[in-house]
Amino acid sequence: MGKNKTMGKSKTKSILSLVALVLAIGVLAYTAAFGLQLGDWLFPSVFDPKYGVKQGLDLVGGSSITYEAQVEDDMSAEDLAKNMDVVVSMLRQRLDNEGYSEATIVKSGDRRVTVEIPSVSDPEEAVQHIGSTAKVEFKDGDGNVIMDGDMIDGAQYAYGPVTENGANVHHVVLHLTDEGAEIFQQTTEKYLNVTDKNYISILMDDQVLSQPYFSKVISGNDIVIEGNFDEESATRLANLIAGGSLPFDLKEVELRSVGPTLGEQSLQTCLYAGAIGVLLVMVFMILFYRLPGIITSVILLGYIAVVGLILSTFKINLSLPGIAGIVLSIGMAVDANVIIFERIKEELKVGKSLKGSIQAGFGHALSAILDSNITTIIASVVLYIFGTGSIRGFAVTLFIGIVVSMFCAVVVCRFVMNQMPVLGLVKPSLYGIKKVEVE
Amino acid sequence: MEKQRFDFVANRKIFFTIFIAIVIIGIISFFVRGFNFGIDFAGGTTMQVNMKTEVTMDVQNDLISLVEETIGEKPSIQKTGDGQQVIIKTKQLDTEQRDSVFNSIKEKYSLEDSDRLDTSNVTATVGKDLQRSAILATAVASVLMLIYIAFRFEFVTAVSSVIALLHDIFVMLTIYSLFQLPINSSYIAGILTILGYSINATIVVFDRIRENKKANPRSNFRTLVNSSIWQTMARCINTTLTTLFVIVALYVVGVPSIKEFSLPILIGILAGAYSSICLSGNLWVLLEEKLKLSKKSKNQKPKKEKKPLPEHGVV
Repeated sequence: MGKNKTMGKSKTKSILSLVALVLAIGVLAYTAAFGLQLGDWLFPSVFDPKYGVKQGLDLVGGSSITYEAQVEDDMSAEDLAKNMDVVVSMLRQRLDNEGYSEATIVKSGDRRVTVEIPSVSDPEEAVQHIGSTAKVEFKDGDGNVIMDGDMIDGAQYAYGPVTENGANVHHVVLHLTDEGAEIFQQTTEKYLNVTDKNYISILMDDQVLSQPYFSKVISGNDIVIEGNFDEESATRLANLIAGGSLPFDLKEVELRSVGPTLGEQSLQTCLYAGAIGVLLVMVFMILFYRLPGIITSVILLGYIAVVGLILSTFKINLSLPGIAGIVLSIGMAVDANVIIFERIKEELKVGKSLKGSIQAGFGHALSAILDSNITTIIASVVLYIFGTGSIRGFAVTLFIGIVVSMFCAVVVCRFVMNQMPVLGLVKPSLYGIKKVEVE
Repeated sequence: MEKQRFDFVANRKIFFTIFIAIVIIGIISFFVRGFNFGIDFAGGTTMQVNMKTEVTMDVQNDLISLVEETIGEKPSIQKTGDGQQVIIKTKQLDTEQRDSVFNSIKEKYSLEDSDRLDTSNVTATVGKDLQRSAILATAVASVLMLIYIAFRFEFVTAVSSVIALLHDIFVMLTIYSLFQLPINSSYIAGILTILGYSINATIVVFDRIRENKKANPRSNFRTLVNSSIWQTMARCINTTLTTLFVIVALYVVGVPSIKEFSLPILIGILAGAYSSICLSGNLWVLLEEKLKLSKKSKNQKPKKEKKPLPEHGVV
């Protein structure tokens, strides 16, 4: 009497926990697909254009342009680094001017910089414009061009007093050549007492950067520009002015540009292929492993949802190879299950109880699963370190896929399988065994 | 009753011969045909253009002469997509040249700017960098695999599994060389993936061999390895199949860049399944027996001098 009661209790517990799991998977899948709003908390869907997975350039279309500084060999590492900072500011300014606010700039190596511009319609125009030599000009109060980048020796950010006994302020120090200094002095002399015209306009690419005014004649090669600067704005102005006198040219060394139509097409076909692949895998698992196959398929849905949510939560850039990585990791994810289920089948065949077979299956298979997954993880880490751009995306998604799949196979699947004996689902035919041959 | 089944270990001559044949074909191919390096490694420019019309041989020839007029060199033209798109591959062009190439095509075929689907340009310096990192990555990954397997099993096992791995990579390289398939950075991703993946099935077999060895330490090693292979056969085939399904789906349905990406992985998976079942166990047997042989000869001679190892040949 007591035994039946406990068995009944644990059966109920089992069913409840399974139902809870299926519900959890359902919620995860729903959230991943459609997003979920719980009061003040929004869990965005994976497909949400703003908060969802960040799509890479090869999916939304766009260009990735790598410029290399054509440097003379005798430039010191320090100078090179400083100049590369100038390059970054200059590129940033240009991108902002063109309205490419979503563009990113990343330095690579000591003399390369990669600009990524999403959804650009004419990549060649972007290349030609963005990487070209900066045109820096100085104009007087009447709008005449008085100086250009040739007469500038450099410009830098400084922090300190600009007047005797003055307070420390952020400012810019402009270094002029002798020719430039002379012109500057002449201009200040000429316009000093002309109202509303006693200023110098500093322009880059015909855009006004700054218009400092002067209240006395300025002479000398070092000019101080002060005003409402903070460190950032002063540095930026200095870099932009210096951009007009960079000691090297930028050469485009690598360009990858994908039009938006191709990008969208690629995404769709990839997802479609992924869906077909996953379906085939599920059919296969159910055919060969019956009940465990069904279990695996359900858990697989949860796995896909979790991977998608991880990608969107951590704002991981998804590239086309990245999607391939997810699809591939799905195929690999079930490998662990195959190993376990084959082992279980083997044990059942020799007449072991279901409970015992499951224990043996998971127990023995664990080391093989661990080894297989770790080697693939090693490969993906190496690929991440040595790879660039979209290949890295593949390494990342493969890595995430393997880790999550390990969890699904070793923890979740084990939990569910352990409920089977409790629920009395012990018939060997449910596990793909035709008949038990006790040797 | 013991079923009459194929003895992998007894027949290892066949498999070793195939192995050597592949190596020979491969090496000859590498020297005679070389590799078709894509722009990622050789540098160059590719452009994918929607021609908006069926790309016949005439269209292709027309494009070749158009581009030759513009840049002075013949391009290579490949039909792709739904038969209406082409991939034009040339030497490295700068931005003005690329523009003029496209504009000349755009004018003649009344295309729009949006029909310029995809452009890639890689200069030789970047190409060399990619070459270097590719080779480095492969070498580092292989060494790490070796260390890990040696740590989990033994050195002999590790060496056999890495040789099986190198076999898979060799098959991939040979096929790509023989058929002059383009090699780009996606190919390297494929190689590294296979390095990490194809060792999995090998591990499954080795794990079983180790387990059986522990349970029956005195049984004949060759028979033991053969039984282990048969016991894990279903596992190896099924894990290969599940991954194969998704890769084949990607290859068949995907856009050209995904096709390019999945093909090396596809080949590698098939080669990996073959090598895990037919080669790795045999390699372990081979190495184990040679080790025993050298240990034996060491024990027989009281002097400390080393006896030369028996001539290496297919046992």
